[in-house]
Amino acid sequence: MTADEAKSQLDDRVREMMAWHFSEETGTPFWLDWMKEAGWDPREEVKCSDDIVKFPHFQDEWLRDEKNERFVPNAYKGRPFNIFETGGTTGLPKQRVGWDDYKHDYEQFSDQLSDEYFPKGGNWIMVGPTGPRRLRLAVEHLANHRGGSCYHVDLDPRWVKRLIGRKELDQVERYQAHVMAQAVEIIKHRDISCIFTTPKLLASIGERISIADHGIKGCFCGGTSMTPEYVRFLQEEVLENKALFVPTYGNTLMGLAVSIPEELPENNYSVTYYAPQPRAILRIVDPEKTEITKDYGEYGRVELTTLTHEFFMPRFLERDEAIRRKPHARYAWDGVGDVRPFGALTKTVIEGVY
Amino acid sequence: MTAPHHIPVLRQGKVYQSLDVQTVPKLGTDEAAAEISFACADMIKYDMHKMGSAREALKKFSCEELVAITKKAGEYFLEADLPIGTTGALQSPEDYVLSLASTSGLPHALIRMNMTRLGGIFGQIDDIFQGLTRGLDWAVLDKGYGEQGGAPVSFSPTTTELAVILPSNSPAVNALWIPAIAMKVPVLLKPGREEPWTPWRIIQAFIKAGCPPEAFSLYPTQHDGSGAIIRRAGRVMLFGDDSTVKQHEHDPRVEVHGTGYSKFVIGEDEIENWEQYVDSMVESVSANSGRSCICTSTIVVPKYGDEIAEAISKRLAEIKPLAQDDPDAKLSGFANPKFAEWINEAVEQGLESKGARDVTAQYREGDRFQTRDGMNYLQPTIIRVDSFDEELALREFLFPFASVVECPQAEVLDKVGYSLVLTAVTKDIEWINQLFDCPHIERLNVGNVPTNRISWNQPHEGNLFEFLYTRRSFAFAETA
Repeated sequence: MTADEAKSQLDDRVREMMAWHFSEETGTPFWLDWMKEAGWDPREEVKCSDDIVKFPHFQDEWLRDEKNERFVPNAYKGRPFNIFETGGTTGLPKQRVGWDDYKHDYEQFSDQLSDEYFPKGGNWIMVGPTGPRRLRLAVEHLANHRGGSCYHVDLDPRWVKRLIGRKELDQVERYQAHVMAQAVEIIKHRDISCIFTTPKLLASIGERISIADHGIKGCFCGGTSMTPEYVRFLQEEVLENKALFVPTYGNTLMGLAVSIPEELPENNYSVTYYAPQPRAILRIVDPEKTEITKDYGEYGRVELTTLTHEFFMPRFLERDEAIRRKPHARYAWDGVGDVRPFGALTKTVIEGVY
Repeated sequence: MTAPHHIPVLRQGKVYQSLDVQTVPKLGTDEAAAEISFACADMIKYDMHKMGSAREALKKFSCEELVAITKKAGEYFLEADLPIGTTGALQSPEDYVLSLASTSGLPHALIRMNMTRLGGIFGQIDDIFQGLTRGLDWAVLDKGYGEQGGAPVSFSPTTTELAVILPSNSPAVNALWIPAIAMKVPVLLKPGREEPWTPWRIIQAFIKAGCPPEAFSLYPTQHDGSGAIIRRAGRVMLFGDDSTVKQHEHDPRVEVHGTGYSKFVIGEDEIENWEQYVDSMVESVSANSGRSCICTSTIVVPKYGDEIAEAISKRLAEIKPLAQDDPDAKLSGFANPKFAEWINEAVEQGLESKGARDVTAQYREGDRFQTRDGMNYLQPTIIRVDSFDEELALREFLFPFASVVECPQAEVLDKVGYSLVLTAVTKDIEWINQLFDCPHIERLNVGNVPTNRISWNQPHEGNLFEFLYTRRSFAFAETA
């Protein structure tokens, strides 16, 4: 696909989603009400991806303050939905409703995975937050889609964040050891070839056993930002360059942005992620004037737009910043590189807790 | 302009260049003095699992051999061109002085003084070993057991590594870990951001002298890396204030070198001779630019407080910010310029009380806070306080600073609190006995000895051998 073809495909998608979410037959109550208040019709005004800036930034508080039913498109009315949570260290968490998006996202992601390192039919283990999170179903679906089953070891990141907030770092280590002990037992005694976990948990498992020597060939990782040095450490030392490290970027609201793992060494382990266009768009914006897209090679705040039939979320400002990177031969649209917490150079951010 | 040296991570002696590289600027400029590889916390955790092999490498040498290596290393540290960076470049002793001065703010003369002091540690390693072990035959550590004073003894190590979280403000603190090598304990060092130079050079001197490189790990790292080291190492030395001391006070693995609160006290029997002790008091307050915990921060006298404060102030006012390469420079700039501002604010706050007066103000040129060559300085300061209740009476700062307080001799021990070093100028035997009995004094000098003069064969703050080894009882079954 060329860059022009990708742009054309995205513009088509934008028009389709405007028609879907802003018509009475299929649209979402939340957006239909919003349109009445805003006084303009996105179906008329938003004809291409560049027009998305006409929307204000999506506020994730809406996902906490509004009833979930308000985000159910009329086309899906009466159909039971999944509820996926994000955040929520204290108080009511933010929730997103969904049906099949996670399956689409992870099937699309599956197409990017190497069969050598993520063998078809191989079993998976997921070590990380399960419970009300989309990831729990998504990773299991990924395993099933590729012909395998998925083991799970749970972890409660909200509790870990509280411990960190109280500076009870010994307790954090104890809790991590408790989780690790479970993961290690399963990896040692079951036939597992693929793992999903977070970077820090991966390192923690690797402290206890040789991950590669226990049959794991591929590791799909996400959850927190990683410096190039940390990515290198995970690939070269934790996975001993025997298993493949596949970093991803994403969240419950978007899906998965993928990287190109085989090119990491030649890029000094600087990771560039590409959004699952046209289902979602990642844009690097000027934090002060978010309608302006930063130049290639410049850091800016990550802005996320989701464009699926199940969920429309325009211009959500992530809590991350990244470098705008040029399209790749494999992904003919902008990438986001070296993601780090927004304002990482000026303030302390509790991140990467598990 | 030559490229700055790259200080890599050392993983049991092996050079590791990180992708996380940070630049340390030459103070007062935008020019890079060094590029430093930073290690991530998890890498350090991984490496700490393997420290046993570092100790095995040291155990192949006898203590006698390691003592000889340490002595030789001292010569190299002082005189040799030693590897620096990752390109095969060599660093002469003069290059070392210039590099350290450029990032730490220390005057060249002070760096050379600290070099000499460190050289002394290397050179006196056999005396130090004997002092710390109370005369143990070092073959006991080779064999694992033996005799001391006619009694059977055996010592086992408490750890596979001595981790040290080093500060940026005083190269001489590296003296604390040097003897660990002769005791067969590998070191894991986290250098201060502005001061990788001294630990690096000491390590290179050791390696050139024949020490196995595996004995040395150097991890420039962020806060989480330091935290991992502190939580995981078998034995840790670190430097900090009272809150750091409190945080670790019940953890036998951690030895915190905190605020010294060192004091110079004159007894009632000697106070009429106070003028004879002015030189000692000036040295005690101002040595090493007042940065050491063994520098005097409080002077306690039964009378003549005003006269003594005036006399010392006149002398200290002669110490001014000079060019770093001026041979007479005794005052150090601040590597972190903000520190000078914060400290000055704290002193000014204390002076808002009517019971505290800055005696030096009338003698020094300009304000206490000075800027020179792009660096911030604090000029020496003597505060005359009315009583120990004053905020500045028992404070310690990172520059030549002391309070002078009058107090009857009989009340001194109740008032002065903890003292890392206390010099008591007296011949009053009864009082001397009370001083020796006082548990709050770490090192006691009786007579006219500046507080900054210490002997390394008598530890003034923790005993390294007792930190690294524990005595066990043992027996062999009698054989027929």
